Amino acid sequence: MEKPLFSISLKIIFLGILDALAIWSIITIIFDGYYWVGGILSLGVIIINYIFLSERAYPFRYMVPGLIFLVIMVIYPIFYTIYVSFTNYGTGHILNKEQAIEQFENQVYFPKDSVSYTFQAFKNDSGEIKIILFSPEEEAYLCENKKIIVKVDLSDPRFIDQDKDGIIDQFDNYKKLDKIQIIQSLNELQNLRFKKDEYIIKLANLTEFIVCNKKYQFDPSLDRLLDLENGKIYHDIEGYFISEDGERLTPGFRVKIGFKNFTKLIRSPQISGPFLRVFGWTFLWAFLSVITTFALGLTLAIILNDPYMKLRKIYRTLLIIPYSIPGFISCLIWCGLFNTEVGIINRILNNLFQVIIPWLQHPIWAKVAVVVVNLWLGFPYMMIITLGALQSIPFELGEAAAIDGASRWQQFKSITFPLLLVSLAPLLIGSFAFNFNNFNVIYLVTQGRPAIPGAGTPAGATDILISYTYRLAFEGARGNQWGLASAVSLIIFIIIAVISAIGFHYTRALEEVSKNV
Amino acid sequence: MYRKHSPVGAFGRHILIWTVIGFAMFPVIWIFSASINPANTLLGQSLIPKNYTWNHYVEFFTNKQHPFGLWILNSVKVSGVTALFTVILAALGAYAFSRFRFKGRRTGLLSLLLVQMFPQMLAMVAIYLLLLNIGKYISWLGLNQHISLIMVYLGGAMGFNMWLMKGYFDTISYSLEESAMIDGATHFQSFIRIILPLARPILAVIFILQFIGTYSDFILASILLSSKENYTLAVGLRLFITGQYSTRWGAFAAASIIGAFPIMMIFLLLQNQLVSGLTRGGVKE
Repeated sequence: MEKPLFSISLKIIFLGILDALAIWSIITIIFDGYYWVGGILSLGVIIINYIFLSERAYPFRYMVPGLIFLVIMVIYPIFYTIYVSFTNYGTGHILNKEQAIEQFENQVYFPKDSVSYTFQAFKNDSGEIKIILFSPEEEAYLCENKKIIVKVDLSDPRFIDQDKDGIIDQFDNYKKLDKIQIIQSLNELQNLRFKKDEYIIKLANLTEFIVCNKKYQFDPSLDRLLDLENGKIYHDIEGYFISEDGERLTPGFRVKIGFKNFTKLIRSPQISGPFLRVFGWTFLWAFLSVITTFALGLTLAIILNDPYMKLRKIYRTLLIIPYSIPGFISCLIWCGLFNTEVGIINRILNNLFQVIIPWLQHPIWAKVAVVVVNLWLGFPYMMIITLGALQSIPFELGEAAAIDGASRWQQFKSITFPLLLVSLAPLLIGSFAFNFNNFNVIYLVTQGRPAIPGAGTPAGATDILISYTYRLAFEGARGNQWGLASAVSLIIFIIIAVISAIGFHYTRALEEVSKNV
Repeated sequence: MYRKHSPVGAFGRHILIWTVIGFAMFPVIWIFSASINPANTLLGQSLIPKNYTWNHYVEFFTNKQHPFGLWILNSVKVSGVTALFTVILAALGAYAFSRFRFKGRRTGLLSLLLVQMFPQMLAMVAIYLLLLNIGKYISWLGLNQHISLIMVYLGGAMGFNMWLMKGYFDTISYSLEESAMIDGATHFQSFIRIILPLARPILAVIFILQFIGTYSDFILASILLSSKENYTLAVGLRLFITGQYSTRWGAFAAASIIGAFPIMMIFLLLQNQLVSGLTRGGVKE
């Protein structure tokens, strides 16, 4: 039995590498304080080990490799989107609270009667820097490390003054730095913060260190930040430390804010107006997309399905061409063709009718443009699926109707079309859902423009919800509004779920599942 | 329902078809004409250029500031690896769902069906933040890395393709495997030696559709990739042309044709096979 031995050793090597990697990363993650992530990751690794070691879990061995990606890149992001939509995560609220407090507690202020120390800097061969500070009373202090200084006696023989000018040139193996060298190491010097009593000493200029006070002190028991300079108290309010008189400290931090993102979309005057317009246009857009492409696709399919029609095959191939070109390329080309000043469409219109249409500047014309582009992109698909569905409609039905004296239009209206709709309904609903999120056409042709005047968020007349989400998250003038963007994502998700539920109603997909079990 | 048309009716139908063909070919013809027109501008373009040049095609490979060739290679690399692993991983999973009976199978299938309805790009913020955070620990799995982009695509491809392939495997008779197993074959051997060869058509269809789908993706690539040398064609081409239509039209046209032609040919040559895969419930991405 050579095979089992081989496969067992392969399995052990694979699991060994996986576990080693996992343990290393879980330890790092837990040390960084992400207990949740660490816990979930450990659980995942244990499950994988179980699946590959237990005979009972044998079928799962086939599924695990694919499902890992599904879980990490689809399922986890779904839940994380839901979480983010209830937070204020985004520019200005990137840090978590502990990190923000740490930043505040590092800040200092200079009291009026602040004392300054002159200093000399020294460096050893391995580039470490040490400082000797001289107080106004001529006392000398040497830094132990980057935070602590101790009083030293300069008459100690370890401090060497070679030229007897009263300035130390060297101690231990540290050599004195001149002005230029100090400027070169300025960055490092600026980061030094020495503690002396309750004060902090830091670099003030090229010749002096200055005694200053810690600016903020966080009080965990009362959950507030105290300004030690003027006694102001800042409370933690929705991701900012805010004082009684309304002063707000930056940076803010990331907190859960409940349904605030959602209420903002509905109530905040600057956001909700544009949002509702985007919302309405998204539905209209998806509806127009399906109707226009289906109307043209259906017409073509009926003509091409006619056995008496000549050149059917060639026509079909020529008509599929728009569908065969990668969508992003077509969209970018159309954006150029629709260009108002130099675009070819306007030049043709100008030559024929002496009109110039502001395709991408006027809200209505921009909408017409994206619908036309989408008609171009989408009609071949509708033609293909309708041709397929027409094949399945029994020929005899039409024949029987014809014998009974039905006209061609009557046959189409009362027999062909209803039967077509039955078999195409799920695909049409699918197409609606697809166009509802048809990011490429909108973003690559108009970028959502023209902008809605007075919008507090980046929203344009042709923006649909998904492009609005993208712009909120990655393009806004106010930085990345991830929380708000996730809230919009969640709304889209709910709408898509409803549409899909309607779609399921028409498909046998669910029954198929039950039949198979 | 079809009867022979009167000559006038037939003529009308041909006219209608040719009008639509004109609409379908309109951008294609203009972009081809632009690609061989010596003028680089939109304004200077005429349908039939007075003289022609291949310079825009040469520029495609020589433009240092905008490395189109590299972008296409990136696209092909990302799409190829994604398509290959989609086929392998989805086939493995589909085999388990099709051939084994185990606890949780029904739930698994139902969840797969539900998950594949969810457009992955809706979670773009979460995916971005996930990779941002992973990148802090493991830099080669973070943002701006092809490998993480591929992993994102793989996750998005699993649901639908596993489902599609499971349906196909169900139509393959079980008797061949049974006789193989009587002769001592393991499950894995019968998967490799019997199922995979018999399922070759669907494997090829899924590979090509996934390749085209990934090649055409803009949104996820544009979020995750941030440096010029890592761009895919979709991201790079948009960067190249946005706001520059009046001055870079010719070079853009050539790049579009080089970027679109192979995909177009594959699609048109295999249209019958691909269409059956597409209409099984998917919509073109």
